[in-house]
Amino acid sequence: MIGKLGIVFVKEFIENLRDRRTILSALLLGPLFGPLLFGAMVSRGLHQSVSESDEVLEITVSGAERAPNLTHYLESQGLKLKLAPLSESAAREDVRQGTRTLVLIVPEDYAPRFRAGEPAPLELVSDSSDSQTRRGAERLRALLSAYGSGIAQQRLQVRGLSPLLAVPVAVNEIDVTTPSGRAIVVLGFMTYFILFAMLMGGLYLAIDATAGERERGSLEALLALPVARGALVGGKILATCAYMALSLAINLTAFVVVFRFVPLEQFGMSANLGLMTALEFFAICLPFVPLGAALMTLVASFTRSYREAQTYLTSVLLIPTLPIAFASIYSLKTRSSLMLIPSLSQHLLMTSVLKDEPLAARDVAVSALSALTLAALLIVATARHWRRESMLR
Amino acid sequence: MIEARSLTKRFGAIEAVREVSFVAPDGEITGLLGANGAGKSTTLRMLYGVLKPDGGAAHVDGIDVRGESSAARARLGVLAHATGLYGNLTARENVEYFGALLGVPRAELRVRISALARELELEEFLGQRAKGLSQGQRIKVALARALVHSPPNLVLDEPTNGLDVMAIRSLRELLRRLKSEGHCILFSSHVMGEVAALCDRVVIIGHGRVLAEGSVQSIRDRGGTTSLEEAFLQVLEPRAETDSWTGLE
Repeated sequence: MIGKLGIVFVKEFIENLRDRRTILSALLLGPLFGPLLFGAMVSRGLHQSVSESDEVLEITVSGAERAPNLTHYLESQGLKLKLAPLSESAAREDVRQGTRTLVLIVPEDYAPRFRAGEPAPLELVSDSSDSQTRRGAERLRALLSAYGSGIAQQRLQVRGLSPLLAVPVAVNEIDVTTPSGRAIVVLGFMTYFILFAMLMGGLYLAIDATAGERERGSLEALLALPVARGALVGGKILATCAYMALSLAINLTAFVVVFRFVPLEQFGMSANLGLMTALEFFAICLPFVPLGAALMTLVASFTRSYREAQTYLTSVLLIPTLPIAFASIYSLKTRSSLMLIPSLSQHLLMTSVLKDEPLAARDVAVSALSALTLAALLIVATARHWRRESMLR
Repeated sequence: MIEARSLTKRFGAIEAVREVSFVAPDGEITGLLGANGAGKSTTLRMLYGVLKPDGGAAHVDGIDVRGESSAARARLGVLAHATGLYGNLTARENVEYFGALLGVPRAELRVRISALARELELEEFLGQRAKGLSQGQRIKVALARALVHSPPNLVLDEPTNGLDVMAIRSLRELLRRLKSEGHCILFSSHVMGEVAALCDRVVIIGHGRVLAEGSVQSIRDRGGTTSLEEAFLQVLEPRAETDSWTGLE
């Protein structure tokens, strides 16, 4: 039985190695898609958040002549002011149309009220649905409130009161996020990319070895042989596993290389994506390989054609996202009971590694055992299905 | 020797094969003749063990074919209706794969494939990927695959489908040679001329039942005519199957 399983394995492995589509998707696009997209996303995201405060913010000011002091202050803070007399409705329209992004209106009663020591009105027109403008508006709002509190302190001093009276509480914010913890937010989706690449690696082989065998018309001759169906299924699943493991290895290598070029540290983040981490990731994900292979082979065994199998297996690719998405929504922390859920347990363990948290040996063992047990059940189910004569219909 | 003993197969409410019994002896070519949908393929599929009969049994050289690793299967070469090959493997690798799964030792396999390549005239495309082969070449490779373990019994489901005249002729020659070597050959066809030209024995199937069985001569005698075609019609007429008979080629 083992010998025949080996024969099936070698044949499936070699046959798919010669298939351009399999190689392209399993060993190239699948594993490289994640790291490249990720590298681009992360470096762009970092670039944006860092360069933001240095960027010149351009705003339109209407009625600037009524508030020379404020105008001067804003200019000194690096804002570029465009002066234009606009009515409120005209300003609204311009912002809605997108011809102007931020408009600050100084109304006529600003100066008299300011002089009288009453709250002087200012109107800020912006579109908060646009994330770029929203950041600009936030910056402008912060500047205006800083200007306001400066004026308030001056007024108190002039009246012989301590400016500290206006500051009843002083809040000191202490952020406990470690540098790598901050990186987690950015790297949150990386684990799914890893699981995805792994499944993509076996996808085409799983289809080719089942629905492909049927569509090609080679299945009947194969089933007529005096070979235990378990050996056929076992060899096919093992070959799928080999491709998945290969794809996983390529994927992790690519991540290591990409992160060497993404300067996370420069921004106060550290992501442990060295060779050691990659090896740990590989070990964490390896028990998921037979599970994914058995699941894809079982699902594909029920389909009649290549196309049908592709449709169903695309949904299978999404299954591991569900627990991960669930975990991010409810921000689940690593807990032993969660280690029973495959894909989620791999996600949590990899996240722990990224955060530099120590891994509990028990968690790793439970994660591996639950995935392997489920894999064994699915392999048995697949072999049982292959023993049914409905396989040929 | 291949034996069908009261084979019965139902698909849901439809009884595809009913109590089919016949014997295909060694050293003879037996033809299973019937219209499309008469139950030929279902019967053959039970004989080579991919369908489980609902009643009766199939034996090859006296061994029950049931059980996925039954010894009976090793004594059987099968050319199924669909003769699919693995497109990314060469013709040789396709044959080798089945040989290995059938447990033919490596050295023996090499010798055997060279011999088959010579006999079936597939030497020139033995090293080519199967996806580039013509239909005729594919069937030859599938035939080599079925014969790779030198099985004493051979089952072929409509083997001449898609073959040109030359290929049909060489297939006939091969089957005659195998017969003279003492093999038991059972093949299905809906073409009378083919059966008449090749077979020693005929089993006529209609509506899932055996309508007539015997030597070509005895079928002729039963119909009271010298033409096998006339005899077939005689057998079939009472069951009003002539309309669906597609074998008048």
